[in-house]
Amino acid sequence: MDQVVTARAPAVDLREPALDIRGLRTEFRIGGRWHAAVRDVSLTLHANETLAIVGESGSGKSVTALSVLRLLPGAGARIGAGAVIFAGRDLMRLSEAEMSDVRGNAIAMIFQEPMTSLNPTMTIGDQIAEAIVVHRGAAWAFARAQALRLLDEVKIPSAATRLDDYPHQFSGGMRQRVMIAMALACRPQVLLADEPTTALDVTIQAQVLRQLAELKRAYGMAMLFITHNLGVVAQIADRVAVMYAGAIVEVASVADLFARPMHPYTAALLRAMPRVDRYAKGLEPIPGGVPALTAMPSGCAYAPRCPLKQPGCTAHHPDLLRFRDGHHVRCPVVLPGAGQ
Amino acid sequence: MTAAAPTAATRPTRIWDTFSRNRLSWIGLALIALIVLTAIAAALIAPYDPLEQDIVARLEPPSAEHWLGTDTYGRDVLSRMIYAARISIVVGFVATMIAMTIGSAIGILCGYVGGLFDQFMMGLLDVMLAFPTLLLGLMIAAMLGASLENLIIAIAITEIAPFARIARAPTITLKQLDFVEAGRALGFGPVRIMGVHILPNMISDVVVMGSLWMASAIRTEAALSFIGLGVPPPTATWGSMIREGFDNILDAWWLAVFPSLAILATVLALNLLGDALRDAADPKLRAE
Repeated sequence: MDQVVTARAPAVDLREPALDIRGLRTEFRIGGRWHAAVRDVSLTLHANETLAIVGESGSGKSVTALSVLRLLPGAGARIGAGAVIFAGRDLMRLSEAEMSDVRGNAIAMIFQEPMTSLNPTMTIGDQIAEAIVVHRGAAWAFARAQALRLLDEVKIPSAATRLDDYPHQFSGGMRQRVMIAMALACRPQVLLADEPTTALDVTIQAQVLRQLAELKRAYGMAMLFITHNLGVVAQIADRVAVMYAGAIVEVASVADLFARPMHPYTAALLRAMPRVDRYAKGLEPIPGGVPALTAMPSGCAYAPRCPLKQPGCTAHHPDLLRFRDGHHVRCPVVLPGAGQ
Repeated sequence: MTAAAPTAATRPTRIWDTFSRNRLSWIGLALIALIVLTAIAAALIAPYDPLEQDIVARLEPPSAEHWLGTDTYGRDVLSRMIYAARISIVVGFVATMIAMTIGSAIGILCGYVGGLFDQFMMGLLDVMLAFPTLLLGLMIAAMLGASLENLIIAIAITEIAPFARIARAPTITLKQLDFVEAGRALGFGPVRIMGVHILPNMISDVVVMGSLWMASAIRTEAALSFIGLGVPPPTATWGSMIREGFDNILDAWWLAVFPSLAILATVLALNLLGDALRDAADPKLRAE
């Protein structure tokens, strides 16, 4: 199955991306009108790579992940535009049956709430095995043997005896590991992790992150890691996309982003983050709030809060501009030679 | 009745703890066990053949020979009641199981799918609910004709709507929970999600109501038999026995009174059981 020995990927990747999101626009129906919660999001994700999406609540990061798997609530949401290319196919054009075949199989997702994401009436062994039975048509005995292997792999102590336990017999951190085991059951090529550690306490969080990184390497997966925690980004990601008000405002490698944040929002986020490696008098909050979905300004969405705001900023929505290879920013003001 | 899912796995044991501490539940359980055992062992217990006529011993009051007296054909009332328990239990149980299965399926489907389909189906079921159970049962039984199978079908149809309502409400709550979303993210189809992930989390609500509706089914059976739309004679059912006894209620009171008491005991027992189950399953009413 995995005869591809996972050689360390070169920094500049010429391979075909594992997941290619192009111009994604996701809209919600509010008061009879469609409003974009995610606008013009384009991201490429390669095998063996972790791309983090950071942003505050309501920035559209979870909606982006849900859009990829087309898990948006039925009536009030739609994909307005864009394509998500996976294995040569546009996921947005697949039938519901074809999409079900992708979900949990080639692309898996981990959710934020480990306490409520498991079925309370089913043993965890059966829950992990279920996906293998559904997608691989495997017999339950075989699937349960796989479930045991997966539980071992996510380091659940004495996995064999815990296979027949119910979710309530597990702690939050353990449940999140079970969720990870469920997601990995069919050896997905892409893993979407939606704030998988947010509900956990800090020490457990670190363990789970380490484990996710190891598993990503072992499985050669591409991981889209959604978080609002820049500390977590630094620990796990290779590249980062910063989202604000439904749009990506900056994409860069982790090192570049932390060393040289370009977008005023990214810079403000970093100043608002506590760090142990630098001296700071205090944390600097970002004044104002994210504009409501129904009241998006016509120009740059960040302009009302931006210290570098220029008269032109409110006129039109800026494009994502190239700063240098692999580092793009949606702000013409900060780019060198943009003397407006 | 809340779909408080998180600790549902501990629910069976906790429900049992609360249930077993309730004295009334034991009375209900004992009564039902008694009635069911009587029905099963009817041939062993009954002192006489329920269909055997004895023209000499017509309308005899309760005596040492015929504990509960005899009817107009000289048939032993106690024996007929014992055999009639079979019909009542079978009708009550089978009709309720059919209604529970179909009703829950409709309720889960409506709750899960939602939208226009839900509104249409629920509107249809509301129309059914608007008819009194007995009237609806009467109409259907009259349409189908009198036989045991038709009686069961008629009663089952009258009970579909309440079960659909009972199943729909928790489904709407459950389908928004994270583990159902997680199931969709794992690529499970709607049938699997409804059957494997929603149904087991709400089945206790439905089963509790099942015991109460079984009592209602037995009552409906008695009422339909009383009117003559039940199981055709000479098969004894509690309802038809009351009907026949009614003609002689003044000079042979035992004919109608004893079968009535049997219905009363069964319905009471099922209601006690149902109430106890409901209390045990409801975290707010659960005795600590």
